Amino acid sequence: MTTLAIENLNVAFATDDGTLHALKDVCFEVPSNRITGIVGESGCGKSTLINAILRLLAQNGRVTGGAIRFEGETDLLRLPPERMRALRGARISTVFQDPMGALNPVLSIGRQMVNVQYRSPLPQAEKETRAAEMLEQVRIPDARAALQRYPHQFSGGMKQRIAIAMALMMKPSLLIADEPTTALDATLEVATIELLQDLQKSIGCSVLFISHHLGVIAELCDEVVVMYAGEVVERGSVRQIFNRPRHPYTARLLECDLGRQAKRMRRLPVIAGDLPDLRARPEGCVFAPRCPHAEEQCARPQSERDMGDGHFARCILADATVLQ
Amino acid sequence: MSAAISSFFADLASPRSGFRRGLARLVREPLGALGLSLVVLVIFGALFADILTQYDPTRIAPRERFASPGAAHLLGTDQLGRDLFSRILHGSRIALYVALVTTAISLAIGIVLGLLAGYGPRWLDNLLILLFDAVKSFPTVMLALALVTLFGPSLTAVMVVVVLVNVPGYARIIRTQTIALKSSEFVAAAQSMGASAARTLRAHILPNVVGPLMILASMDIPVVIAIEAGMSFLGLGVRPPTPSWGSILNDGFANIRETPWIAVAGGAPIIIVTLGFTFLGETLRDILDPRLKGRS
Repeated sequence: MTTLAIENLNVAFATDDGTLHALKDVCFEVPSNRITGIVGESGCGKSTLINAILRLLAQNGRVTGGAIRFEGETDLLRLPPERMRALRGARISTVFQDPMGALNPVLSIGRQMVNVQYRSPLPQAEKETRAAEMLEQVRIPDARAALQRYPHQFSGGMKQRIAIAMALMMKPSLLIADEPTTALDATLEVATIELLQDLQKSIGCSVLFISHHLGVIAELCDEVVVMYAGEVVERGSVRQIFNRPRHPYTARLLECDLGRQAKRMRRLPVIAGDLPDLRARPEGCVFAPRCPHAEEQCARPQSERDMGDGHFARCILADATVLQ
Repeated sequence: MSAAISSFFADLASPRSGFRRGLARLVREPLGALGLSLVVLVIFGALFADILTQYDPTRIAPRERFASPGAAHLLGTDQLGRDLFSRILHGSRIALYVALVTTAISLAIGIVLGLLAGYGPRWLDNLLILLFDAVKSFPTVMLALALVTLFGPSLTAVMVVVVLVNVPGYARIIRTQTIALKSSEFVAAAQSMGASAARTLRAHILPNVVGPLMILASMDIPVVIAIEAGMSFLGLGVRPPTPSWGSILNDGFANIRETPWIAVAGGAPIIIVTLGFTFLGETLRDILDPRLKGRS
């Protein structure tokens, strides 16, 4: 079963210097009851992807092709705006990166947690009870009293847990988490990830987890999608991606993760070169200009290769053993 | 759309849970207590003007002209023998009526236009800003004179002028803050959780912008009272014989050397009201800011 299926999604932004193709032929699936991670460096289109799924792209952004199938049937891109709005917060929920900014500073936590349930017919007192229960689930001590307090009275980690509680309030079937641990320190990061794992199991929802932290992805996710410059370069199970990467970009990315380095180094490992200009995409492989294994045929358009068992890579070398 | 608008205002009118606590804090601050008592004093005087005075404010008594303050006339009489105490209390009704009604109307219009300009499409923003700037570019007195020339001196003319002068300021504040908040993460979060434009504005943007505006409005009340008094002083506002602080000032101004108590009687309430609302506004600002809560 899949909760969310992205099919050949293309997103472009109109800018003063021409059209910027932020996402190109993005394809992947978020299986039900699983945690799917999206990993990639800054500017690779992770946030654009979320906004496209939620249909909250900036005014100059436009989906130029593809489909987003949610819960097997509806194409989100074709839903009338009102029906799309009804899905947000109820069936699809979001947690953002910055816990400081995600809560309204002038409303009490209780007021905001009750606000989230505005579609529910329950009486006010019942909604407050549910809010308190949800806060207990995310391990906020003294949940009843916490409802009376304001966001600035909580620490960053607590605020992020409150934001998670708020997102899960309506028991969504898909939770989108946009780098929810990036703004937290390492200790809190681990705690938040464990919490997310527990909640995902108890609620039984799918999670789309966005991060640029490979360690977090490896720890938390079942499936991984690797994005580079607005394209999915490789996707598969966590084991496939981390143990047997088939795309040179994934391989280089793993090499650059210090947590995976066994020996001491004098210099930080880097991927040489810069992201390509998205206004003038190369026709062939988008990573070819930075790829140590690039060949002549990389200049031609590349299709995704099926490596079996749900492992896909968009590279001519996917079958070869160069990377091992 | 009309349902959205009515629920918008229903939410505004809902009682604040912290009202009682806020009042207690207000009284604990010396300036707040002073401001509140001055304001209450003036409102009390306006409400019970008929009971507190024994004279009709428009009763002319030529024999009692220019009576100095004393037992018969608490604050003396003017050139027509009218009791000044009675005229001031009745004049406070005009002053407060103009101030409260016009401020409420200005706030309502300013909030709606400001939210529209800040949250709506770019062309609407540009159009509204152009309108605000056009109105703002008239000096208040010139605008008042122009309107009075067109429609004749009346209380309504005064009120229209005040609303016209106040709305652009309120709308601009709301607009600026709305624009700043529009891109904030909690507004994006609300949208991603399914909030409509009306809901985002009402539940998330308005509570964040309305606090500073209320403080500004409470500090604007004495300004409005001064505009009304000024226009009545010039004979452009309230028509005689209806008492207004401005026209009392004018009566006293003519004979300030011989009978100074008339001008004092007209000027003192303006000062009391100004101080009262200013102290109140400043204390409210400190109390209403949730970020200052818990500080003593």
